[in-house]
Amino acid sequence: MADVSYKDLSINGLWKNNPAIVQLLGLCPLLAVTGSVVNALGLGLATTMVLIISNTSVSLIRNLVSDAVRLPTFVMIIAAAVTCIELLMQAFTYELFQILGIFLPLITTNCVILGRADGFAARNSIGPSFYDGLIMGLGFACVLAVLGGLRELSGTGALFANMDLLFGASAANWKIVMYPDYQPFLLAILPPGAFIFTGLIIAVKNLIDDRIKKRQDALKTRPVKGAKRVRVTGAVS
Amino acid sequence: MALMRLTSPHAHGPMSTQRVMQSVLLATIPGIIVLTHFFGFGTLVNILWGSIVALACEALALKLRRRPLGFYLKDYSALVTAVLLCIALPPYAPWWLIAVGIASSILLAKHLYGGLGYNPFNPAMVGYVILLISFPIQMTAWAPPRGLGELPGFMEALQACFTPSAYDAITMATPMDLLKQNNSLLIKDLWGQYPQFGRWSGRGWEWANIAFLAGGVWLLYQRIFTWHAPVAMLVTLGLLAAIFYDGGSSASGGSPLFHLLGGATMFGAFFIVTDPVSSAVSLRGRLIFGGLIGVLIYTIRIEGNYPDSVAFAVLIMNFAAPFIDYYTQPRTYGHRKKRAGE
Repeated sequence: MADVSYKDLSINGLWKNNPAIVQLLGLCPLLAVTGSVVNALGLGLATTMVLIISNTSVSLIRNLVSDAVRLPTFVMIIAAAVTCIELLMQAFTYELFQILGIFLPLITTNCVILGRADGFAARNSIGPSFYDGLIMGLGFACVLAVLGGLRELSGTGALFANMDLLFGASAANWKIVMYPDYQPFLLAILPPGAFIFTGLIIAVKNLIDDRIKKRQDALKTRPVKGAKRVRVTGAVS
Repeated sequence: MALMRLTSPHAHGPMSTQRVMQSVLLATIPGIIVLTHFFGFGTLVNILWGSIVALACEALALKLRRRPLGFYLKDYSALVTAVLLCIALPPYAPWWLIAVGIASSILLAKHLYGGLGYNPFNPAMVGYVILLISFPIQMTAWAPPRGLGELPGFMEALQACFTPSAYDAITMATPMDLLKQNNSLLIKDLWGQYPQFGRWSGRGWEWANIAFLAGGVWLLYQRIFTWHAPVAMLVTLGLLAAIFYDGGSSASGGSPLFHLLGGATMFGAFFIVTDPVSSAVSLRGRLIFGGLIGVLIYTIRIEGNYPDSVAFAVLIMNFAAPFIDYYTQPRTYGHRKKRAGE
């Protein structure tokens, strides 16, 4: 796989092979922390950083590690990256660190990261590996953010609450209240809401894919000009 | 005299879905009348508004799924779901509460799984539980029964539904709540202290239960369903209540009659547990299905945090229905009994 096109990588990571809604990897954090946009973005960005670091380092050492010990090695690299990110978040976004709790260290066990390390970075040079980590992470973070937005909006009637936890004090007034006296719809924030909304997002994605495919098929199978006789043999009733 | 010249199979005309659903709707009428008598027009307004939303949701789902509109709308199944859910909702519920509940029932619990006949869970109860989990305050606000508070007229009931902020509904703890929260009074004193209790159970509630029982017996007579599931449920519920009654101490769970004629017992037994789609199929299976629902109802009523437990018990057992069916397959005539798993 010497010639990897960056365009293909982008389409794969963001849409065609999106880790969250096509590969359905990393569902645990996807379902657990997407109660609001800020939580979802926090975890999405952390996962992206880890993916970039692990993909790059795995690609760097891919010729030094023998096949037999590659998985433990990768896991250790990932664990180290996760620890770094966790410490950074503890230092700079302490409240978010507390909200995300166990799901930050659990990024280590996220299948997306090991999957990309073993499936892509271990066979590609450093440039594409870095880019793949970035794009896959962004694809994951985007789905998380959309899911968080949907759940926050339907659950509380507002969007972008507490964004200052992630973006500093200037983001404190980003909160948009859509409906002033909205009755909180607790189901959307509770775990079942995560399942329902993830299902809806996957359904919408499949719907769009179907539309695109139909349009392409329609372009391919233009009717042939000129009449064609259908051959009929045997008895026709 | 001409002899009958029919040969087997002597299959009788199967009852159409439409007729079954119509009978169920008819059978709810006595219960609705009693509820209206004791709690005012709230339930009626619920049902009116709920039916409109249900038909709209059903039409929308059918259109999205490209199914024939007229055929499915006329089978009354959406209306039955709406009526059952609206009976379970507290009277004078705001319009959006009813709309969210009906939409969850019809769109989520029914059509996402493939429409009527494919839903693993009872749609009305899914809607009820979603509402109960999401809006606990509105869902536990029951109006006081006749004699304990001013009953609003029909126009006021409409107002309570569509302009909730303009209307302050008076609410009162239900007998179920009172019994659950009681830990100091003897049952006899509890009865004396709170006017919400009636002769055997809650004031008003007991008559609503008897009315639903009457409707259910009529359905049974019409052979809409078999007796197995509802009777098994009532028997286990009554037995458990009798065992843990302990003569009416302050820790008592309430008398068997209190449980049989209280809350949603009869409504659940004859209108929810008997749902042909989501219950067990074989007769032996229905006995087990209903019996375990009774056990769950009593357990959750006594130990749980929610006011009543019929919906939770039914949903939990809906999970188990395929499993029960697997182990209670009836023996085919002329074959030896299959061992499970064969």
